[in-house]
Amino acid sequence: MRWPFRARKPREARTLRRTFVTPEGVDLRLELGSAGARAAAFIIDMAIMLAVLVALTIGATFLLFGGVQSAFIEILWLIGFFVLRNGWFTLFEMGGRGATPGKRALGLRVVARDGARLTAGAVIARNAMREIEVFLPLSFLAQQSSQGAADGFLILFGLCWSGIFLFFPLFNRDRLRVGDMIAGTWVVNTVRGKLGDDLAKASVERSRHVFTEAALDLYGVYELQMLEDVLRKGSDDAVFTVAAAIRRKAGIPDESDDYLFLQDYYAALCARLERGMLVGRRRENKHAVAARR
Amino acid sequence: MSEARPIDSAPLVNASRFRAAHQDEWEALDELLRRMEKRSVRVLNDEALLALPLLYRSALSSLSVARETSLDKGLVAYLEQLCTRAYFQLYGVPTSAWRQLLHFFRTGWPTAVRGLWRETLFCLFLTVVGAVAGYWLVIADPSAYYSIIPDAMAQGRDPSASVETLRKTIHDTGPSRDNALATFAVYLFTHNSQVAIFAFALGFAFAVPSVLLLLYNGLTLGAMLAVFAQKGLGPDFAAWIAIHGSTELFAIILAGAAGIHIGMAVAFPGREARMEAAVVAGRRAAIAMAGVVCMLLVAGMLEGIGRQTVQGNAARVGIGSTMLLFWLAYYYFPRRKGAGDALAIPRP
Repeated sequence: MRWPFRARKPREARTLRRTFVTPEGVDLRLELGSAGARAAAFIIDMAIMLAVLVALTIGATFLLFGGVQSAFIEILWLIGFFVLRNGWFTLFEMGGRGATPGKRALGLRVVARDGARLTAGAVIARNAMREIEVFLPLSFLAQQSSQGAADGFLILFGLCWSGIFLFFPLFNRDRLRVGDMIAGTWVVNTVRGKLGDDLAKASVERSRHVFTEAALDLYGVYELQMLEDVLRKGSDDAVFTVAAAIRRKAGIPDESDDYLFLQDYYAALCARLERGMLVGRRRENKHAVAARR
Repeated sequence: MSEARPIDSAPLVNASRFRAAHQDEWEALDELLRRMEKRSVRVLNDEALLALPLLYRSALSSLSVARETSLDKGLVAYLEQLCTRAYFQLYGVPTSAWRQLLHFFRTGWPTAVRGLWRETLFCLFLTVVGAVAGYWLVIADPSAYYSIIPDAMAQGRDPSASVETLRKTIHDTGPSRDNALATFAVYLFTHNSQVAIFAFALGFAFAVPSVLLLLYNGLTLGAMLAVFAQKGLGPDFAAWIAIHGSTELFAIILAGAAGIHIGMAVAFPGREARMEAAVVAGRRAAIAMAGVVCMLLVAGMLEGIGRQTVQGNAARVGIGSTMLLFWLAYYYFPRRKGAGDALAIPRP
């Protein structure tokens, strides 16, 4: 009965990064697909499926007027609809890419949680569950409203039902759908990235600022990497603000060359922190004790 | 406090030295991956294929080194995505479709169904209980029939119908031959498969809806049988059901069993962790479900085409029981373990 009085451990920051160790023993730090990306991928898939269905129906109508036997067209349409509804997700995810067109567009991929290859059983299981997650309330509501019998209570029930399943990924840490849970899969980000420029190298090729030990003792690794972000993709405003803050703290006069100044400071700080790291003194952030000289 | 200083071109930090030494390898790997991601592994020639694992391992070791010695976040992030993409190209690629299909028919499907034997027996029991209950309800009080079977499904087959009408529904040569029959078969297949997949998915809710669905299925069967039996058409009805029913009812029972299998694994995981038990059950049940869809395809053809063209009771029962024997042998006939396929996909 300690629960209400238990001291709360400081919680780790919630990220979508997960430990994933390869057979070679390296942790890849996989990044899970965010709920937003998953939803967007699903909407894209649904839109394509709807477009295919409309095209199928229009094609069938044309064939009908073209004088082809109606039975043949009916069979074609029925099978087409069945394959589209049950096969779209399954067949695409069974392929080598492990992703439907929607997922591919957003750089997502379905992966087995244990790192093994994705089996057909897993893919079928995760997608058969869509039947109760999405298609059931949808077809139920469509049928009821077409008969004009969708009263408020039924609609409410349908909304609650699909609400539980639709928002299920938001209620667990790993963004698992019910289908993912049963199939032992999750959806990860595999966005292609580019290697950014070497920031420290740029400041080598010209004469650069030199900083005192005190100026370099101000910050740790965390601040260094924030500075890297600012240099890589920060706006002019951000560069100006950061440069002003560093100058103020270190007592360096303003020479109105913010960007070059920050580049030099980055290179010098990085070199200094790295040297500390190699002898086992990693300084995480500015609150940690400065490396002793 | 800052002043200009003469140029000193030695690299300042590890990341620079590291990039200079290995960037070519990373870019070569990136190029290979890009080509594979666009098409498939087949676009690579032998030379590239041999280089791929080496480049992958060197990228992995670069990642480890970069994490330990470098503070360049951009570099580490780049190597992480490179290694992740390479990992999935090397380890995540599924077996070829033909191999998977072959494995499914040879071992995957029967093994999965065999794994559900307890649930299958239970579902058979439920169906029989439902059928007996339906039968007695309608025998005792014919008006109960109307509350069991909706009008749309009855199609005039109710207790008030004459013997002639009932006989007609059983021995009917059908409206027009061939075309309409094929359409009917396909319709039955898609409709029944959808219901079966639905029953499977509902199993997740601790198996309760699947149980209800099976009971109701049995109930309708029993009620129908009662109507026909009262008019002395019992054997005819049994034969009419048997030709496709042995396959279709078996498939429905298996679908329910698959759903219950998952529900039970979630509710009572046993020695394993709940999530792990659910995963093992889910994958096995999904394989069985793929089999159920195949069975329903056969049942649809038997019902849509076979039943309309074969009219004799004996022939109908003969076909039905042959199918049943075939399924039972396929699933439960003991066979040597791991026979033949040495490269079989390991069971999850």
